Amino acid sequence: MKRPGRDDDPDRLYTVTGGRSRSETDAFDLVTLVVGECEPAAGMQSEHASILRICRSPTAVVEIASDLGLPVSIVRILLGDLHAAGRITARHPRTPATADQLPDPEILKQVLVGLRNL
Amino acid sequence: MDSATSDLTGTRPPLRSTAENGLKIVIVGGFGVGKTTMVRSVSDIRPLNTEETMTRAGEGVDDLTDVQSKTTTTIAFDFGRISLNDTTVLYLFGAPGQERFWFLWDRLFSGTLGAVVLVDTRRLADSWYAIDRLEQHGMPFIVATNDFGGPHYSGEEVREALDLPEGIPLIECDARSRESSKEVLITLVNHLYDLSFSARESTT
Repeated sequence: MKRPGRDDDPDRLYTVTGGRSRSETDAFDLVTLVVGECEPAAGMQSEHASILRICRSPTAVVEIASDLGLPVSIVRILLGDLHAAGRITARHPRTPATADQLPDPEILKQVLVGLRNL
Repeated sequence: MDSATSDLTGTRPPLRSTAENGLKIVIVGGFGVGKTTMVRSVSDIRPLNTEETMTRAGEGVDDLTDVQSKTTTTIAFDFGRISLNDTTVLYLFGAPGQERFWFLWDRLFSGTLGAVVLVDTRRLADSWYAIDRLEQHGMPFIVATNDFGGPHYSGEEVREALDLPEGIPLIECDARSRESSKEVLITLVNHLYDLSFSARESTT
């Protein structure tokens, strides 16, 4: 299977995002869970339609990037478009945003219980 | 699920509709040290691969052809996931420890709970750089030595070779084993819990 993104002409990535190379915000974390709020419609950009199909159940940004074979930064831009149009909702991670802030002990307890039950 | 969706997502099982909090743990290590093996051992899904690219201005380049002095950094990484309960999903990332990777750390891995430095005792020096960078980023971590059947070194010897402070847990593991890899993650989260707990104690 050919992986798009890696070997593709950079022009394709340029076209996918309408010429933008970075998103306005870094609102979408790698593990923000994205949920589609509508079905793909005729005439929609094919990447947008694919995202809506993938996100019929909650799906992390990084999984979407892997499925589409596109770099994460490009996927963030596409998600920004869909979010602005109200076609997806985002469940952002509830963890501290900076490296030197330690996570909430309650969340860590949940993680420990989950891991021990594996 | 219709065929159009499974064309995109393969055989990956969907997350529960109640999933709402994604967490990250990063496994850092050199090429061939067993990062993907460890991810595969504990993941609910077959490891996936993706990449991030970043264009930055060239450093120390003194010429007027601005466009050509930009370099594109591409980092590929593997990941898997574990559904911990109805709402919480833990994503495990296997990431290369080489220099260019760290330019993307903040962009990709801010909010990470903690890191595992996976070490091959035959190539201890490979992990010096990763340990330095994690310390600089203030990212809590533990060190796990993956057993490749080579000569056995004591914990003391490894700790000394890595110049690893006493407070940082060091354990042996077999990345191919689910139980052993699980134990590595539990050791990390216990360490985070201790740090988090004592940090809270000291502020009250």
